Amino acid sequence: MSGASNSGAIIETDGLTREFRVRDGKRRRVLTAVDGLTVRIEPGEAVGYIGANGAGKSTTIKMLTGILVPTAGRVLTCGLRPVPDRRRLARQVGVVFGQRSQLWWDLPVRESFRILAAIHSLARAEEASRTAELVEQLELASFLSVPVRQLSLGQRMRAEVAAALLHSPRLVILDEPTIGLDVLSKQRLREFLIGERRLHGTTLLLTTHDMGDVERLCNRILVIDHGRLAYDGDLPGLSRTVGAERVLVVDLAEPMPDLTGLDSARHLSSEAGGLRQRLAFDAEQTTAAKVLAAVSDKAQVLDFTMEEPDIEDVVRRIYAASR
Amino acid sequence: MRATARVYWRLLVAGFRRQSTYRLAALGGLVANLTFGLLKVAILFATVRAAGGQLHGYDTTSMSTYVWLSQGLLGSVNLTGRTDLALRVKDGQVAIDFLRPVDLLAATIATEAGGSLFAILPRGLPSVLLGAVTVGIALPTSPVFYLLGVVSLLLGIVISAATVYLIAVIGFWLIETRGLQMLYMVASGFLGGLYVPIALFPQWLRILATATPFPSIMMYPIDVLSGFGGAGRAFGLVLAQLAWLAGVTAIGELLTRAGRRRLEVQGG
Amino acid sequence: MASTRERLRPYRAVLASRARSQRAYRTSFALDLGGSLLVGLVELAEIWVLFSNVTTLGGMSFHQILLVFGLADLAFSLADLFFGHVDTLPAFLRAGTLDAFYLRPQPILLQLITSDISLRRLARAAVGAAALGVGLATSGVSWSPRTAVLVPLSLVSGYATFAALFVWAAGLQFFLLDGSEMTNAFVYGGRYAATQPASVWSRPLKLVFGFFFPMAFTAYLPAVTMLGLPSPQWLPAWLGWCAPAAAAWSWLMALLCWRWGLRHYQGGGG
Repeated sequence: MSGASNSGAIIETDGLTREFRVRDGKRRRVLTAVDGLTVRIEPGEAVGYIGANGAGKSTTIKMLTGILVPTAGRVLTCGLRPVPDRRRLARQVGVVFGQRSQLWWDLPVRESFRILAAIHSLARAEEASRTAELVEQLELASFLSVPVRQLSLGQRMRAEVAAALLHSPRLVILDEPTIGLDVLSKQRLREFLIGERRLHGTTLLLTTHDMGDVERLCNRILVIDHGRLAYDGDLPGLSRTVGAERVLVVDLAEPMPDLTGLDSARHLSSEAGGLRQRLAFDAEQTTAAKVLAAVSDKAQVLDFTMEEPDIEDVVRRIYAASR
Repeated sequence: MRATARVYWRLLVAGFRRQSTYRLAALGGLVANLTFGLLKVAILFATVRAAGGQLHGYDTTSMSTYVWLSQGLLGSVNLTGRTDLALRVKDGQVAIDFLRPVDLLAATIATEAGGSLFAILPRGLPSVLLGAVTVGIALPTSPVFYLLGVVSLLLGIVISAATVYLIAVIGFWLIETRGLQMLYMVASGFLGGLYVPIALFPQWLRILATATPFPSIMMYPIDVLSGFGGAGRAFGLVLAQLAWLAGVTAIGELLTRAGRRRLEVQGG
Repeated sequence: MASTRERLRPYRAVLASRARSQRAYRTSFALDLGGSLLVGLVELAEIWVLFSNVTTLGGMSFHQILLVFGLADLAFSLADLFFGHVDTLPAFLRAGTLDAFYLRPQPILLQLITSDISLRRLARAAVGAAALGVGLATSGVSWSPRTAVLVPLSLVSGYATFAALFVWAAGLQFFLLDGSEMTNAFVYGGRYAATQPASVWSRPLKLVFGFFFPMAFTAYLPAVTMLGLPSPQWLPAWLGWCAPAAAAWSWLMALLCWRWGLRHYQGGGG
């Protein structure tokens, strides 16, 4: 772990703002990507940073890491100013971009790690032990000698995470790391991140569209909408603010008319003439099991699933709740 | 189903439109043309003057005409040897192209020619105009040369498209056409008269050049447009271009058919 | 503070791996070398063709022009070897690779420069070196301690000047984005100009390639000094010793352009 002791926050922003001048056809207008963001993240936290596409998440990350200069406001990452102290900051932060690769495309994975170890000036012993640890934890051994461009998405993401953590940064930022991954890969990645936090006390900042990531990884949630912070707290608080509505999807043995007469649930929609129906219920008032029981009283249920809540939906409802 | 002429026209227009999006690149190309043009003028004028003002039929004015016409033509002919088709042959996607009811050779040429024709607007004409304004050129007075010039120009564009097509299509047999493409890039410009007019070549090199299709891509259209050597020579050059076009497209058609058969046999 | 060797370690690591990966594909590499060699030969052939018609150009004989060509082309090929990929910045921007550079504890420009190496340029450098050798031997250069210093001085300064051009072009790419043709005008146009005797240039050309992009300083002016030839108007012969000044000027402009471009990319005045 990095030796410097720092009693201060890992991330501290004050009125952080970023504006872009865009050409809209013939007119020029100002797009405020991030608007007055004030937030403080302590070491060891796991923060989920959620918002719709274009809400300002990537812009925030770029300002935290020194890629973009803020238009207004202050930002300190690991106690350093990102733009002037970029190079010092780079030693303490690791970033995983879901869409872009930081590995060398045509080189074997192992080679990328060696180069990164050189870039971060890791001593040979440290490089060896850290690489071994990451290879084992993320199960990279089977494709260490495969060029990055030949890897599957799941393999590549694991390699990217390992690459970002090679120099044992205090802060790890992950930008949509589970996008496009299958359920098993997502789970393994999440378990690794939880373990890393527990072992090394690494702070996690995670932007994601996947509420599953948020539920299993994060102890704090920031919701950003149109550049502004719409919510800052924990997941139960979010459910309370938003209304903890969950959706149960039932597949029936025979087509039935819409199940609108249930006390515990609200009918949302039907498919295939009533063969499949979606029912919404308040998770604070009742449980999925109770709703299922109520449905089974009225019809024979063949199968059922829970629908994951939609990030856009959550964000929309936060706004509705705040009006 | 045979495709109608309308399909090819559409492809031509599509090729035309695709180029129009690269406006900044077009301006950049103009700047590059002007720079290289002025440098060529400098060295070639010095050569003509060192030879006493007349060199193989060139004086400084006709040399200037050569320089600016060649710079203008640069955007409209393919001197790199690279094509999208070559990539598609390499990764096998060309099999999809064979399923379409258009002839691959004709379709590829039509698309390339469309792009080439478009380039005349932002690159070709302005380059010649810039040259006329900065250094001065001499264009022929007789309309014959303009008429023949347009024909020659079109022929040059089509021969260029057809010749790079050959390189792409050889990819059915050669896995790596990179060497061939590099050779093409080096030879087509030099032997086509891009750097120095072919008339200035020593005898043996001139013969070597005329044994390739490259002069008919660049040098002949330039000569016809500028009226170099007179009307009789201009007619002769256009005939030579027609011969080269026939030859190159014939080989292209043969190779396409053979390549298609090979693809089918291999299970494309 | 870390030793020099330690500080160079990250750059060596990337360069070594890129060099290795280029050499690994034997046939491709051989082809690339061959292609590069051909390009060099064709550029030489251009001059040779001209001289099959006349005996002097710009006050120089063929062997004397070979000296100019050799100096310029060798310096350019070596610069292209180490810096040639730098002006493909738009590709880095499109792939988002530049952002990855921000996350590493090295200066961005240095990372960009050491991100690749074009080994195939060695073949072209060989052509330049051969021309230089023949030129030195046959052009009537009077050998003296002065000449012995001037040759390496010009080569190193020429290399630095051409390298600066690539960086200059990269800085401009932040603004032009798809305007690599515009920067090709002075990068590759500059190379072309450097192999010419500046005495054939018109006044605007002398301004642009004599002073602003100081191409005449890389080869022609040193050659004139070495050969004791009369110098053209506006470009006195003693400028042949000022090649390092030309390199310094070029790097000043290049770094300014780079900083300017990078600031624009980051969206602000620091």
